[in-house]
Amino acid sequence: MPKDQGLISWKKLAPGMFILEPGNSIKFKTGDWKAFRPILNKEKCIKCGLCYVFCPDLCYKKDEEGYYISNSYYCKGCGICAQICPRGAITMILEEA
Amino acid sequence: MRKELIKKIPLSISEPLKIKKKIGKEVSIAIAEAVAQCKVDVISAYPITPQTHIVEHLAELVNNGELDAEYIPVESEHAAMSACIGASATSARTFTSTSSQGLLLMYENLFIASALRLPIVMVIVNRSISAPISIWNDHSDVMTMRDSGWITTFAENGQEAVDLIYHAYRVAEKALLPVALNIDGFTLSHVIEPIELLDQELVDKYVPPLRMKYKLDPKNPITMGAIGVPEIYTEAKKAQDEALKASYRIIVNAWKEFEKLTGRRYQPVETYQMEDAEVALLIMGSLAETAMNAVDLLRKKGKKAGLIRLRLWRPFPLKDFLKAIGKIKALGVIDRAVSHGSTGGPVGIEVRSALYQSNKRPKVINFIAGLGQRDVTVEDFIELFERTYEAINKKPKFSYEIYGVME
Repeated sequence: MPKDQGLISWKKLAPGMFILEPGNSIKFKTGDWKAFRPILNKEKCIKCGLCYVFCPDLCYKKDEEGYYISNSYYCKGCGICAQICPRGAITMILEEA
Repeated sequence: MRKELIKKIPLSISEPLKIKKKIGKEVSIAIAEAVAQCKVDVISAYPITPQTHIVEHLAELVNNGELDAEYIPVESEHAAMSACIGASATSARTFTSTSSQGLLLMYENLFIASALRLPIVMVIVNRSISAPISIWNDHSDVMTMRDSGWITTFAENGQEAVDLIYHAYRVAEKALLPVALNIDGFTLSHVIEPIELLDQELVDKYVPPLRMKYKLDPKNPITMGAIGVPEIYTEAKKAQDEALKASYRIIVNAWKEFEKLTGRRYQPVETYQMEDAEVALLIMGSLAETAMNAVDLLRKKGKKAGLIRLRLWRPFPLKDFLKAIGKIKALGVIDRAVSHGSTGGPVGIEVRSALYQSNKRPKVINFIAGLGQRDVTVEDFIELFERTYEAINKKPKFSYEIYGVME
């Protein structure tokens, strides 16, 4: 198993580990530990946007056609979108290692 | 004031030293006035015996328009510390004070205040912890926050308490760490002593306005208290630990500057009659003055007794301590708190650990005395000295002993 290492020298941290760059959490990859990922069936999708509303990681984004697509950089694979979808358009499939 | 301090006032300095009349004041009131002189912006506190007079008087000063500060009468000590953290994060100068159960109720926030490097100043009016319920003095409360990362100092009398308030603000704001100043409940907080407050112009010089580089500011947003994932938590704690260690220089320098301004000298480890001492006791807080009387009596009988007092508890002044013990053969450490089931009282454990880093090791005997304000008199100190003398040749059968307990 890969071992956790320090990200940055303690000497380079701002006092109190403050984050001085606003909004930099957008860079933080939260999608790398998921076991399942959502797959959208566009034939069933009615573009209601409930997946977008309920996603706890805000990883759904509307595309040009109006479909909501999840961003696997952030998606943790919780499956809430699949649960909430009124048309059963989202299925969770096993993430391949 | 003690004899030795009077001697040390350098009379050659005419300016800025100003010898003023001391005024008889309750120590709590004097502390509140010193806090007001430091021009605090926010006071957030909840009353608890024996701390109440301090924040009550500050409330009066704010109410009467004598102090331009925001006084937040919170619903608990947990909220008191939370409000201090929030206010301090915006670069406001903050103050709170508590005792005993109140300190325990703010416990989780103490660690956040120090980890976020917020220069909050708190006076802990030391009181024992329930149960049994006890409003009286010992050091059980402050010893629970030993590992919280606060700079921690102890005063022995009213004048020291006032002086250490000014010092606390100067240090906290330079080190960007919170400072807890400890005074003994009742034996200090509720007595009237001759106390001299500094002239306001000196306070203004010693405690300049607070300007924090990093603060909560809508114009320049930053994040405080973000999550520390396993890849960063260790580095955050290392940085915090180094900051606390580095605060030692700031603390000592602030005392040196204070001496220049006032002639009153403070050191991380204070000693009394230690130059040629064979045996010494070590204590913190106001009982030290009683112990000094015991030293004087023993000295008259030709015994080479000495006294060590820790003024600075965190960061622990290891080098000063090792220097202070000199060539003593035995050291009696007097704790005023129990660390249940441990190998000693909190101070005893610390001292033994410190000595392990040195080759010169006097015999250490550890007493726990004065719990819940049980009297520890000059006679008791003489007995503790005698017991410490015995420890030179005879290894104590116990790793610590609760002294004066009725069998």
